[in-house]
Amino acid sequence: MIDFLRKATFSVTASRLTGLSLSVFAASLFPAPAHAWDFRGEVAGEGRYFTEGRGYNEYWHNGSAYLKAEVLHDWNDRRDLFTFIPYARVDEHDEDRTHADIRELSWIHVADTWESRVGVRKVFWGVTEGRHLVDIINQTDLVDQIDGEEKLGQQMVNVSTVQDWGILDVYLLPGFRERTFPGEDGRPRLPVVIDQDHAQYESAAEQERVDAAIRLQMFLGSWQVALSHFSGTSREPLLLPNIQDLTPAQIGALVTTQQLPVGFDARLTPYYSVIDQTGLELQYINEGWIWKLEAISRSGEGDRFAAYDAGFEFTQYALFGSDIDLGYIVEYMYEDRNELLASPFEHDWLFGGRMTFNDVASTELLMGLIYDPHSEEKAISFESSRRFGDRLKVSLEGRFYADTGGAPTAGQVFLGALLEQAPDTPLAVYTNDDMVQLEMVYYF
Amino acid sequence: MLRYSSVFWSINSSVSSVVHFAANVAIAAIIAVPAMAMAETAEEKGLAIAHEADRRGEGFTDLESTMRMVLISKRGEKSERELRVKTLEGQGEGEGDKGLTIFDTPADVRGTALLTWSYKDKDDDQWLYLPALRRVKTISSRNQSGSFMGSEFAFEDMRAQEVEKYTYKFLREEACGELTCFVSERVPTDKYSGYTRQEVWMDTVEYRVQKVDYYDRKKSLLKTLTMTDYAQYKDKFWRPSLMLMINHQTGKSTELHWNDYKFSTGLKESDFSQNSLMRAR
Repeated sequence: MIDFLRKATFSVTASRLTGLSLSVFAASLFPAPAHAWDFRGEVAGEGRYFTEGRGYNEYWHNGSAYLKAEVLHDWNDRRDLFTFIPYARVDEHDEDRTHADIRELSWIHVADTWESRVGVRKVFWGVTEGRHLVDIINQTDLVDQIDGEEKLGQQMVNVSTVQDWGILDVYLLPGFRERTFPGEDGRPRLPVVIDQDHAQYESAAEQERVDAAIRLQMFLGSWQVALSHFSGTSREPLLLPNIQDLTPAQIGALVTTQQLPVGFDARLTPYYSVIDQTGLELQYINEGWIWKLEAISRSGEGDRFAAYDAGFEFTQYALFGSDIDLGYIVEYMYEDRNELLASPFEHDWLFGGRMTFNDVASTELLMGLIYDPHSEEKAISFESSRRFGDRLKVSLEGRFYADTGGAPTAGQVFLGALLEQAPDTPLAVYTNDDMVQLEMVYYF
Repeated sequence: MLRYSSVFWSINSSVSSVVHFAANVAIAAIIAVPAMAMAETAEEKGLAIAHEADRRGEGFTDLESTMRMVLISKRGEKSERELRVKTLEGQGEGEGDKGLTIFDTPADVRGTALLTWSYKDKDDDQWLYLPALRRVKTISSRNQSGSFMGSEFAFEDMRAQEVEKYTYKFLREEACGELTCFVSERVPTDKYSGYTRQEVWMDTVEYRVQKVDYYDRKKSLLKTLTMTDYAQYKDKFWRPSLMLMINHQTGKSTELHWNDYKFSTGLKESDFSQNSLMRAR
């Protein structure tokens, strides 16, 4: 959701070397001659506490942990690079969040004016912080992080060339990854369980379809421009309620009581369309201000629609003669899509602030507010982080929802779909999922 | 001034031949015609020294090195970080150097890399690569007075000290250790600078910066930089292996230990693109 609030910032500080046993173990496994083989990674524990009480699942706290390893190798004077990044998470309650993935397994070959990147990789496109509209190569690992910043590895053949006029990237994407969602026991989750085992596709090739994309970046003095086009299976599924499983009598009862019949197996089935999406990224840098625009036009999922996210980022350095930097972002997010299909951020403002202390521990405070002036809905988040020693990073994070109205029931979701009524407050599904999270990451 | 910072993502300070000519003429005048030298103002002499130091730093083509930064608190507690630096000397007139800085420790920022394209006549372009997100992010290069990595070095101390970024005034000649130094005052022209002025000690033999005093916006002495353990590379370029910055107001200090200076390793423009930033690791 708010990348700005999560990402590492350029306040790179360090502390004492702690001769810890894991790194010694790693070193003995891979006695690395001149950085030829590199083995490293991170292991993390996460605790969540839900402050509002009951959500769609009735537990108040949740524990989880992940392991991400990296095996790096290069040869031929760094003209060939190998990367392998396996990832696994375990979760106390949600068996769907207990999952593993190959985030990266790739070979990069670098020639003079071009390079090829083959295998499973992660690619990021975009400039704004509120939404990542243009970013489309990788599928979102939504069960891992509800903010959408975690991505699944994507199989690809990518050729990139650096020329005087810019950088051109061409992608062939054989094979599709389905979006992950919180499971029945996940929290936060939607009021209706998503049937992740029976996704439907517009393409007869289903997951075997070969998608393609192209992106051109240009650096024109104070302006930076990127144009992209993607043709293939949409990374964002439509979620179809199984209304067809209701009898006419049950539908009548639903309309009058807003309740689904007792024992009815309500499901949302992901449906993946084939789309064409053209993207534009624009940045203008002036006197410490960075002005940003991301815009897309997408066809193939209902009517063609457009969406954009535009705003600025500004940083005040060495505030009042101290070492503290204070950064601001303001963005407006807009989508002219059929409101049944539109994102919750279809006409919303993002206000963000970041305080960087520039101390030895890299202490940071981040705050964000997403505000919908039509519905008055607010999503508020904060994050603070610092390092302890050289290898441990601790972050405390909170997410809160205000003025979202009451959380809808499964019956209300089905009724809305039946009557083709979009919810006034699309964030209402999270209304009871205010939470505080503590995460500790150890780097080895 | 001597381009000690060119080992960072520095700005090319190659001055146009016209200016060179003027500077050389000025120096020739000091030597050949003492009477003429009397007519040279302190400002002209300060500028001439800066130009000569700059000229001596030119032609390095490209440079790679590693750096260990030691942060020392008021109570003497130390913490370290390591990074690698690559620089490509700018060739064109207004074109500056290109630089790539890769962070190895602390572990949570390893793989983070900073790409800078420098210009003589406008703000630098800078991109930061965030490896966890696989994201290249454009950042503002307006940050002059902010701390570099939590150290006592400000960003503007780490950038190349190109001639055009200051106005100069020669103050005196005096002994500095076993050497004799020119002592000049320089005033930053950038309104975003954190300093009102600096005093620079540069030896008269090789034009190497030995010491810099920095005065803050309130005109009080803020920091002192000393550069020691100079070695000469390629029979031409002098580089210190230790830079020590002491903050007089906070009692904190930072050491930069430079290692493995490698000149002219054959780096190319393509090693300083957004693509190379993404695979810096």
